[in-house]
Amino acid sequence: MKKLLRYLKGYGKETVLAPLFKMLEATFELIVPLVVAGIVDVGIQNRDQAYIWRMCVVMVLLGVIGLVCSLTAQYFSAKAAMGFSTALRRDMFAHISTLSYRELDTLGTPTLVTRITSDINQAQTGVNLVLRLFLRSPFIVVGAVVMAFTINVRVAVIFLIAVPLISLVIYLIMKLTVPIYRKVQTSLDKISLMTRENHVGARVVRAFGRQAEENQEFGEVNDKYTKIQVAAGKISALLNPATYVIMNLGIVAILWYGSQEVYHGVITQGEVVALVNYMSQILLALLALANLIVAVTKAAASAIRLNEVFDTRPSLTDEGAVPQKERQGAPRVEFKDVTFTYAGSQEPALSHITFEAMAGETIGIIGGTGCGKSTLVNLIPRFYDVTGGEVLIDGVAAQSYPFGQIRGKVGMVPQHAVLFKGTIRDNMKWGKEDASEEEIIRALTIAQAIDFVEGKPEKLDTIISQGGSNLSGGQRQRLTIARALVGMPEILIMDDSASALDFATDAALRHAVKEQTDGMTVFIVSQRAASIKQADKILVLDDGELKGVGTHKELLETCEVYREICLSQLSEQEVNR
Amino acid sequence: MKNKDTMKRVLKYIRPYKMQIISMLILAVITVAFTLYTPILIGKGVDTIIGPGEVWTETLCKVLMQLIVVVLLTAVAQWLMNLLTNKVTYKVVQDIRGQAFKHLQEVPVAYIDANQPGDILSRIVTDVSQFSDGLLMGFTQLFTGVITIFGTIGFMMSISVKISLLVIVLTPVSLFVASFIASRTFRMFQEQSEKRAEMTSLVEELVGNQKIVQAFSYEERAKERFGEVNEELRVCGIKALFFSSITNPSTRFVNGLVYTGVGILGAFTVIGGGMSVGQLTSFLNYANQYTKPFNEISGVVTELENALACAKRIFDFMDTPAIEPDVPGAFVLEKADGSLSVEDISFSYRPEVPLLHDISIRVKPGQRIAIVGPTGCGKTTMINLLMRFYDVQKGQIIVSGHPIREMTRDSLRRNFGMVLQETWLKAGTIRENIAYGKPDASLEEIVEAAKQAHAHSFIKRMPKGYDTVIAEDGGNISQGQKQLLCIARVMLMKPTMLILDEATSSIDTRTEVKVQKAFAELMEGRTSFIVAHRLSTIQEADLILVMKDGNIIEQGKHEELLAQGGFYANLYESQFAVS
Repeated sequence: MKKLLRYLKGYGKETVLAPLFKMLEATFELIVPLVVAGIVDVGIQNRDQAYIWRMCVVMVLLGVIGLVCSLTAQYFSAKAAMGFSTALRRDMFAHISTLSYRELDTLGTPTLVTRITSDINQAQTGVNLVLRLFLRSPFIVVGAVVMAFTINVRVAVIFLIAVPLISLVIYLIMKLTVPIYRKVQTSLDKISLMTRENHVGARVVRAFGRQAEENQEFGEVNDKYTKIQVAAGKISALLNPATYVIMNLGIVAILWYGSQEVYHGVITQGEVVALVNYMSQILLALLALANLIVAVTKAAASAIRLNEVFDTRPSLTDEGAVPQKERQGAPRVEFKDVTFTYAGSQEPALSHITFEAMAGETIGIIGGTGCGKSTLVNLIPRFYDVTGGEVLIDGVAAQSYPFGQIRGKVGMVPQHAVLFKGTIRDNMKWGKEDASEEEIIRALTIAQAIDFVEGKPEKLDTIISQGGSNLSGGQRQRLTIARALVGMPEILIMDDSASALDFATDAALRHAVKEQTDGMTVFIVSQRAASIKQADKILVLDDGELKGVGTHKELLETCEVYREICLSQLSEQEVNR
Repeated sequence: MKNKDTMKRVLKYIRPYKMQIISMLILAVITVAFTLYTPILIGKGVDTIIGPGEVWTETLCKVLMQLIVVVLLTAVAQWLMNLLTNKVTYKVVQDIRGQAFKHLQEVPVAYIDANQPGDILSRIVTDVSQFSDGLLMGFTQLFTGVITIFGTIGFMMSISVKISLLVIVLTPVSLFVASFIASRTFRMFQEQSEKRAEMTSLVEELVGNQKIVQAFSYEERAKERFGEVNEELRVCGIKALFFSSITNPSTRFVNGLVYTGVGILGAFTVIGGGMSVGQLTSFLNYANQYTKPFNEISGVVTELENALACAKRIFDFMDTPAIEPDVPGAFVLEKADGSLSVEDISFSYRPEVPLLHDISIRVKPGQRIAIVGPTGCGKTTMINLLMRFYDVQKGQIIVSGHPIREMTRDSLRRNFGMVLQETWLKAGTIRENIAYGKPDASLEEIVEAAKQAHAHSFIKRMPKGYDTVIAEDGGNISQGQKQLLCIARVMLMKPTMLILDEATSSIDTRTEVKVQKAFAELMEGRTSFIVAHRLSTIQEADLILVMKDGNIIEQGKHEELLAQGGFYANLYESQFAVS
């Protein structure tokens, strides 16, 4: 938590003033019982009407000042808490964009999303509450005890017994219930799991006629959940009655010992009333403190999760890199004995890969799931650094380029067709910020997307909803291909990005890319033999190793793995066609 | 459904707990009465302590004993009330949730297809909890709040009518302030939650797809867009946060005014001999807690509204009609002979979009039928109809000489083995999953089925073998292995007929070969329908159904269809288009 507090910088005034004003308000609240005691002892005893009026004016004044102080405090703390979370969110967002793929893999982007949203909100709530209440509640407790002591030391000892006792009860109940509530959560997760399962798997459940068993199983889980909840409820239901009893026993004690002091003339009747009032104030303050502690614990847990992100340093940077000039005649992409191992993995994902891809060539990459196809193409724009060997782009080592330059050379079509909320035009401009209408149309044409875009009433200004949910899978894929083509990159990488296209469209797309992109080197990653059969060069990957390089014909004769793949998908005569 | 009707339905669920609820209410009355009696006793106590030499110890002793008894009774009553409320709440949740889940098993597959899992999940899980928390807890709070108010007024009246009237007159001020602030903050909260939603969706896009952001060097533009929304959120966040936090101090201030009013009037009454100092103390105590229930009640009302909205959503779900029950005296199909005929059927999911029309097929036992065609042509619809997940609108399907409408769904489905592309496995052990259709299967049977499905070797290599638990996301086994488990699951059932949906994207090469072998073994001697993507499968089929736009446009064997030179031939050729 401490580390994050630097985000309160710039709100120093608010951070100090908010709790101060809150304490001021509390002070006025603590004076009220004394004023009432005055009314009883002086005003009523002496029948002094003017005194009573004066005291009432004092009480109203105290109320007004209290209100003003409180509002000031709330305003300052709101300002500081929001400022805190805004700055924190901004830095977190900026930090995430410096992380490389390696860190993104380890942390996982969904976690990052929850951290930047709900964890920061949680921390903000924590800061706000702390500024407002963390000093106030203890202050009232301590203040009330101190006030009691100024009235009468003997009776005030009762406070020294009651306060720790109430605190202890609150602490014990919280300590007992926290683990049970954790169990409640696990049990609820199980209920969610079963519900989701039975929705997604409805066909299978019915196909096997298992509805009755599923109902029974759910009944058991549901019953267990209820039992744990009732158990937790039993303990937490004790909180209010138990603290109420302790407080009132305290009041009984005050009346008893107070009466003796009054008898001996040490204190007055009004002062006994004041002592009783202080006792009730303490209980309220302690209960508020308990709630506060729960909120702060949550905020602290969030702070830990946030710091985890900030503590993750980017493993690759382009610091000190200057724009590079390409070497004449060098291959567009060259892998020299490249080996790559993912962070935290024992086995290399790629080992000893060597190949060259010239300008204008089409390179097919084929192999089963998890054989390293995507890993290989991710090394080209330097999303990861190689563990061994070297990747050269236009004859220059990938590490020598600034990120902007190397990623500008590469147009990437990722495996999952992700589009962003906004118009089709907005999405196309991702590839080139100042792309002209012609450039966009041209890219859409090559990607076989122009027909359906033109078919929409709004054409390029058609709004794509979040995640592209208003388009079909095939349409999304074609748009992501077009997006990569807008900037006419030197290298185009299609990472299994035509899987949702039917065979005819897939073929037309490959044809158009070949014909209309002069000198572009195209990498096609696919699991379909038919998609890469025509490539100038095919790389066959199996378990991270390069099992063969060559054309379809060559590989059929020399590469066993390739033959196996082809024959599992096509018939003998088709393979040889 | 109107709120009133929803309320009626809710009462139906609560009715079994009538006794508990009545006890709850009685306990609530006791708790409130005793809580309110406490200040009076304290006041009596104070009255025995007048000044030096003037303390009525005996009376004080009696009062204090009474006070202790009352406090203990209050605590016990309050505890019991809390316990009962909890129990009834959780029981009602359990009842509704159980019924909702049962209903999930009974709704037509059409409903499931049309709704996102998240939607049903939030109804069965979140809405049910919120409804019962809000309703029952809210109800007890409302009830105790109201009787506290009336009780306080009653007790105050018994001490002094004049001062009570002052308090009652000042009450609306407090209410007015609370509702004024509430209406203001509502708008600001709405604005804030809209901005927050905008922020969340932006974060989901830009952080969730951070890899793409970096691939297109979009970082700077992303930061700019994020910065704008972030700043807007800050501005409206401060407002919402501030205004929402002024409710408490403001009502506390009004409370203070009431307190002062009681103080003045009370002090003068005491001087005038109208009441004692102790009674004034009790009065001040009342004034202090009198406005609290008002604040609580205004909170409870929104909670109750929310609870009713949740209840409505649950009831909406429970009201979706369940599937038509099997016809009375439905025929139980013991062992199908493998013959099947489709007679002139028509079907569509939505009346305005016709899908299948006038389709007829005859299948002899043991035949292999491959269904091919472009996406959306109705291939999976055929599966839905054969398994009777949906009912045909015209014509009929006959299995083993009986129309499927006249047999029980369960017995029909048991005769079909189904392997879909979406490999659904239950969270549980591998063993449980293979035995899904036959929970009493012995381990030998399970192993045998796994061997036939070529799954045994990989299962053996898993750390706990057949007792390995498959994680919810199936992260510990590959897609291909999942497929093998699904095949083993069907193998164990030994059905006469099969429905298979081939995977579109291939799995790793070695498993792929195994899956195909397993498929081949599974189909041996069984009538099989295959939604086919692989040409080798298609070529070996006894009958190919070529579907387009909901019609079977061509049917026959591979060579015959090629010779026709029609749509099929074209589709076949397109795979080898020269680029």
